[in-house]
Amino acid sequence: MNQYRLEKVTKVFDHRLVAVDEIDLRVQSGERAALIGPSGAGKTTLFRMLNCTLRPTAGKLWINGDEVVTLHGKRLRQVRRKIGTIYQQHNLVPRLKVAHNVLAGNLGQWSTVRSLISLVRPVDLEMAYRALRQVGIEEKIFTRTDELSGGQQQRVAIARVLIQDPEVILADEPVSSVDPSLATVIVKLLLEISERTRKTLLMNLHSVDLALAYFPRVIGIKNGKALFDLSPDKVSDSLLEELYSGHLPDNHENGLTDEESKALVYQ
Amino acid sequence: MRSPRLSSINRSEKSLFPYLFSLLFLSAFLDSWWRAGVRPSAFFEKEGREHLWKFLSGMFPPDLSWNFLSLMFHPALETIQISVMGTFIAVVMGFPLGILGTRTFSVGGVLNEADVKGSLSRLVLRWTSYCMARGILSLFRSIPEFVWAFMFVRAVGLGAFSGVLAIGVAYGGMLGKVYSEIFEGVNYRPLEALQSTGANKLQIFFYGWLPQVLPNFVSYTLYRWECAVRASAILGLVGAGGLGTQIEISMRMFNFSEVLTILIILFFMVAGVDYLSAKVRAIL
Repeated sequence: MNQYRLEKVTKVFDHRLVAVDEIDLRVQSGERAALIGPSGAGKTTLFRMLNCTLRPTAGKLWINGDEVVTLHGKRLRQVRRKIGTIYQQHNLVPRLKVAHNVLAGNLGQWSTVRSLISLVRPVDLEMAYRALRQVGIEEKIFTRTDELSGGQQQRVAIARVLIQDPEVILADEPVSSVDPSLATVIVKLLLEISERTRKTLLMNLHSVDLALAYFPRVIGIKNGKALFDLSPDKVSDSLLEELYSGHLPDNHENGLTDEESKALVYQ
Repeated sequence: MRSPRLSSINRSEKSLFPYLFSLLFLSAFLDSWWRAGVRPSAFFEKEGREHLWKFLSGMFPPDLSWNFLSLMFHPALETIQISVMGTFIAVVMGFPLGILGTRTFSVGGVLNEADVKGSLSRLVLRWTSYCMARGILSLFRSIPEFVWAFMFVRAVGLGAFSGVLAIGVAYGGMLGKVYSEIFEGVNYRPLEALQSTGANKLQIFFYGWLPQVLPNFVSYTLYRWECAVRASAILGLVGAGGLGTQIEISMRMFNFSEVLTILIILFFMVAGVDYLSAKVRAIL
């Protein structure tokens, strides 16, 4: 069954910044794929459409057979609940304790009242503890999140996704802020989770080596388009060279600096 | 050959704008001086000097007799109580209105894009609640608390409750406006992450929004409480209870020494509130 189906999906910010440009893509449920490509290629924007944060400007996007433009309100939240996202900058709430950030994975299932009660007195500490033990930082459960290192925060973010227990995991550069040895551990952990629980896993990766070594499918993204979509043994050096050549994205043609594009994308 | 950059600098140096603007400012300033009747010499004229002297010398020494002080205890307490209840009502009204009046909460930005796009009814509903919240807040704060007190004295009668209502409404408007500005200033990435777990708006608000702004939120509320203590003393002048009523009575009886006593009490009250709120802020 198709987890995702994209037909000419395009995202334009503020009528001038083309971040994703007519991408066609199909992802089967349970599939594991890595997305590689230069920064600014549109990988993050693509993920933000895949997790129903942004709406495509043009083209069609189906999630589990539902076309996203038809999703609003409660239905939209139900679809989001089944998609767990791990962000490059962790995107945790800095002033909350680790336990609350982890238990926030439950918000899609909890009633508003229950989630408020949990802010005063965490309702399912046992669950948070188990998730944190899986990523190896259970002793930090009562620490304030902004006191953790980047690598520890990334593991808190993974624990939150474990609690959310989604059907799809989207990991956007999950290892860009950790040292290389830990990077392999985290990538392997996510692969292992997705295999064991049959979750679809899509991962944006800076590291071509990790992508080629561990993923059965590698998609190269450049200038908002899919340059190739192959199994790792078919990804040749010349393809990689083409992917990363002329590293600066086309955005500069419309007179925007990196800062300005960022401001547009993250309003 | 001149580089384009250099020529543009020269052009800006020759611009008339600074001169015109200075002239405009100067004429506005002089006109205001004249029309507002600013007349420092009033202090030095014989009549003015005598009035000032009578007032100041009448103030000293302040009336510190136990008799008077014990009479002031209740009004002073009432002033504090008016300010506390007024601020409470202001928070109760300003908080939800401030949330709805936050553009990124109600209508725009990454937390509304997917939900609103392609659904006209949602868009209309969101804009309506946003504009209504903003409109109510503007109305509440554009009318001074003094005028509100006048109206509430007519409506609910003389006494502390009209002061409470006046502060509640006027300060509710101010708090709501500033709350919404504080809420707009958060980092949206954690909120986006919360949204992606399937959380609803209120959950996102209490898990992502509020924790980020809590210190700001509390310290601004406490600051408004300080202002409310002063305001509630003044509101007594129109009959809304508290120390203001006593100031009014003493002024009318030309008992300036009592006025000074009340001002001293007020000073210590405001200083005390200031100290207290500084302590609370330090904890956060």
